[in-house]
Amino acid sequence: MIAFIIRRLFASIGVLIAVGLIAFVMFRYIGDPVNQMVGVETSAAERAQLREQLGLDEPVIVQALRFLLHAARLDFGMSYQFKQPVSSMIGARLPATLELAAVASILSLLAGIPLGVYTALRRDSALAKLFQALSLVGISLPTFLTGILLIYLFSVTLGWLPSFGRGEVVPIGSWWTTGLLTLSGLKSLIMPAITLALFQMTLIMRLVRAEMLEVLRADYIRFARARGLSERAVHFRHALKNTLVPVITVVGLQLGSIVAFSIITETVFAWPGMGQLFLQSVQNVDIPIMAAYLLFIAFLFVVINLVVDLLYVCVDPRLRASVRGAPG
Amino acid sequence: MSQPTLEPAKAGDSSPRSFVGGLADSDLVASFLSQKIIVAAGAITLVLVLAAIFAPWVAPTNPFNPATNFLIDSLTPPRFAAGGDARFLLGTDDQGRDMASAILYGLRVSLTIGVLSVLLGGAIGITLGLIAGYAGGWIDAVIMRVADVQLTFPAILIALLLDGLAQAILKNSNREETAFGVLVVSIGLSFWVQYARTVRGSTMVEKNRDYVQAARLIGLSPARILARHILPNVMGPVLVIATINLAIAIITEATLSFLGVGLPPTQPSLGTLIRIGQNFLFSGEWWIVAFPSLTLAILVLAVNLLGDWLRDALNPRLK
Amino acid sequence: MELSLTAKRLVLAAIGAVAAILSPALAPQAEARTLRFAFQGELKSVDPYQINESFSLSVNTAVYEGLVRRGPDMKIQPSLATSWELLDPLHWRFHLREGVKFHEGQDFTADDVVFSAQRVRGPGSDLKGRIPADAQVVKVDDHTIDFVLKTPNPLLINEWESWAIFSKKWSEEHGATEATAMNATTPPYAALHANGTGPFILISHEPGVKTVWKSNPAWWDKPRHNLDGVVFTPIANSATRVAALLSGEIDWMDPVPLNDQARVNANPDTQVLAGPEVRTIFLGMDQQRDELGHSSVKGKNPFKDIRVRKAFYQAVDEEAINKKVMRGQATPSALMIAPSIYSQSQDFKRLPFDPEAAKKLLAEAGYPDGFEVQMDCTNDRYVNDEQICQAVVGMLARVGVKVDLNAEPKSKFFAAISAAGGYDSSFYLLGWTPTTLESFNVFQYIMGCRDAKTNWGGNNVGDYCNPKVDELARQALQEPDESKRDNIFKQAWQISLFDDVGYIPLHQQALAWGVSKKTHVIQRPDNYYIFAWVTMD
Repeated sequence: MIAFIIRRLFASIGVLIAVGLIAFVMFRYIGDPVNQMVGVETSAAERAQLREQLGLDEPVIVQALRFLLHAARLDFGMSYQFKQPVSSMIGARLPATLELAAVASILSLLAGIPLGVYTALRRDSALAKLFQALSLVGISLPTFLTGILLIYLFSVTLGWLPSFGRGEVVPIGSWWTTGLLTLSGLKSLIMPAITLALFQMTLIMRLVRAEMLEVLRADYIRFARARGLSERAVHFRHALKNTLVPVITVVGLQLGSIVAFSIITETVFAWPGMGQLFLQSVQNVDIPIMAAYLLFIAFLFVVINLVVDLLYVCVDPRLRASVRGAPG
Repeated sequence: MSQPTLEPAKAGDSSPRSFVGGLADSDLVASFLSQKIIVAAGAITLVLVLAAIFAPWVAPTNPFNPATNFLIDSLTPPRFAAGGDARFLLGTDDQGRDMASAILYGLRVSLTIGVLSVLLGGAIGITLGLIAGYAGGWIDAVIMRVADVQLTFPAILIALLLDGLAQAILKNSNREETAFGVLVVSIGLSFWVQYARTVRGSTMVEKNRDYVQAARLIGLSPARILARHILPNVMGPVLVIATINLAIAIITEATLSFLGVGLPPTQPSLGTLIRIGQNFLFSGEWWIVAFPSLTLAILVLAVNLLGDWLRDALNPRLK
Repeated sequence: MELSLTAKRLVLAAIGAVAAILSPALAPQAEARTLRFAFQGELKSVDPYQINESFSLSVNTAVYEGLVRRGPDMKIQPSLATSWELLDPLHWRFHLREGVKFHEGQDFTADDVVFSAQRVRGPGSDLKGRIPADAQVVKVDDHTIDFVLKTPNPLLINEWESWAIFSKKWSEEHGATEATAMNATTPPYAALHANGTGPFILISHEPGVKTVWKSNPAWWDKPRHNLDGVVFTPIANSATRVAALLSGEIDWMDPVPLNDQARVNANPDTQVLAGPEVRTIFLGMDQQRDELGHSSVKGKNPFKDIRVRKAFYQAVDEEAINKKVMRGQATPSALMIAPSIYSQSQDFKRLPFDPEAAKKLLAEAGYPDGFEVQMDCTNDRYVNDEQICQAVVGMLARVGVKVDLNAEPKSKFFAAISAAGGYDSSFYLLGWTPTTLESFNVFQYIMGCRDAKTNWGGNNVGDYCNPKVDELARQALQEPDESKRDNIFKQAWQISLFDDVGYIPLHQQALAWGVSKKTHVIQRPDNYYIFAWVTMD
């Protein structure tokens, strides 16, 4: 068991390094950061000087290694355009994105699981078919379009919800800020969270439905019914529990798409999170921020993966045996 | 309320697991024809695909030819609305392009990108999945770690990064071709992991079955075993993923256009049309965004319904 | 289940308590007048020397002031300098205002001017051109200061509104004597904190998120505004920005996309403030290379032939572009400078739109079937830039020239066409605002023959070069009288744009500010946002 964990740990570090190197090499070709740092009237000689100062004329390998070494100490350098330490910039934006992602995930679970259960149990009913159709509509439109439509409905026409920003935030501890404790913060969270959750929710709903349908056919369900258990007990105590494991796995693995879609959601709603920062940094060729962002996402992903795999091993006794006896 | 029963579903008796067998079996077709919505979805998809393929012959004008787009015609409402012009059924956009033609040509581009990226992702994913599942051991571990690295880069990130890379490397090539390639590769790369994992799982189960053991005993090479024997048996879920990914690919392309990494506006795909149309959402020229969005939504809806049906129909445990 | 009367009363009381607690969050701030301002880009830094970008320069004038400033009529006015004179053509003397204090209490004296002159020409500053490198700054007494130049320069103070005066004491105290070394590893103090003499005091700056100012009660001038504070939020997505204005969450924003202007005007609480901008949009051609880098013509450069340049000019229907793409909001232009800053603009007329003549010229030049060429264009920099380029593509197609349009974000575009990118473009669309608000700037940067050492012609991407034009421009600089200068420029414009057709001017674009009807702002054609001129009902 310990050996397994250690092996996975090494593999995870390998993944992080690979991501860092790939990202760094790619960034060289995105555009010229020096042009973004100075105005149009700055002379060519000054730009060359700047390039030298930033170490942009050194070989790529040297730059990449230097970057990785610093990254290990959580030092990502200074943003080219804002002249602020990248780690503090990302740190300031982190709570915004994490809160949004968390609320969106919870929303999608709260909506997706019950809907999935219902459409599985009442498979042939009209309402179930309606839910399925509606869920598809949600993912048939690009995210930016749904975001804008929501803004125009709820902010401009009805005036109920704010169209941009995070509202008032309350600092917690020395670093975190939360919008969950103020009314304006909560109101600001609603539309971005729904936009972000829509895709997830559909996915979860369909997954729960599919898994539930399979599980309901299983032998042990038939036996439970034969034993005379109530329908409710059958459905919830036995069927649902077993349905949830693959669902949780998928939700964890969907982190990549939540992150990707959060870039768009944050841009549409001017939500001050990491996604918006990343897009800005791509457009302004702010390499330190881009590199730090990618590494952070990789790290988050690797951690989640590790946790999920460990959970799998704990939950499924069949896997425990294979882990112990697995070849080196 | 209908109880889950032991009786077979409407589709009839359980069909053999092999994909090829399943298709030939009339139960699939029967299942298809028995649900009106699915038939409708299939018909719509077919119509759209045909319209896209034959766009140059079906469309009234060629919107990709800038010489025939006259600014003087721009922002004309659809024929049936006030101020409309008989020449333009669905109106014109801000460059004077006929919307109906633009949608047909755009559909063509979008479907091409969608199909190519699904094929790319599928090819890579199935191959890697088969190898990982069959070989096991460290090969499996390496491939799964590579998958992890890939998952860190969703399509949007890959596209943003590849775009600059491609332009620097292919300095003097045609912009449209470069953008097309970048889109197919980045969307395709974001797909392969799903295929790989699914196929790997199925392969691991299949490889212990009798027929595979038998094939090994005879002395067939692993490649042959994988290609001829295991592959057909894992194709079911692959097809389901493929249909759903097709829809995702087209939407992703629209999103990438929004982020600035898309096809040039002179040869717009459906997604680019929507991105351009977004600017006209509430300016009064509603038709510029409404019709492409509607087309996209209908296409994606139809494809997803087909994918759903396919999954249900191919799953023997639901019979 | 039925509640007893007491229970009902308790519930009502509870609701009332909750409402009372939440109500401050719900109630609008009726008393304080806070201007809520949004723009499509971010405020990179509150240190004005850090980047020569018009948005940052303009917003930072709320906190930092220069020796002079410009009024609503764009004329130069005294600011921290009350008056100035030329003792001789090389010797400027400025008399400084007395009794001015910085926000943190330091007195403003000539020492601060000397220090600021040093800082602006020092490492990390992007505004080095504000004061000639070889000029000497001499303190005469606490409130008098001399600038001694090596060559005469009547335009010395034209850009001094944005040459911010820093407090020497404050800068030394916080280690902010240099604007910032680009490879700094510690954050520069002045990028997040500010201490100026201006009408607003910086409260906080979260880069890319929000910036907050409050009014300075001790300002030396009589305020034209009635604000208590200003909050700036960057909102990149145009549709969201428009929605925020329409819903009343924003009082002032820029820009309002052309397509949304009708809607903003139709809304009872908002309107669009449109006006001419001094930015000219034009097309440029590579006239330097012997073979174009991005075209189908091998062995020669079609743009070196004036007939080809003229053909391109006459193929473009600027009236249609203005009417259909710019919705009538632009000002078609015959020159590369706005009429408001060049007195003799009315004497010039555009070459007529004539596609037949264009085809004939191309045939005469040896291209009867046209040729292919790539066009480089931004899609996020100028008003409807991408659509203008698309329209040009269509018009050129009709005279036989096939254009491969490369529309890209400004970061990539400028990377390629700038000096660092090797001026890599065959045919491009560009916009230019002369920050000195007169013609010399255009001849210096855009029309001049390129010279890497002096940066003359530094933004002349296509390297249109006629030494006679440069000679005329330099001659004009020696002339202290403005109308005599304009006469000299007239010859220069005639040669460069009509005899040589060095560039194809299109139009000056229009500013479109969205404001709520309760907010009264004054618009400047250089798109500067002056908070001190804003009143709210």
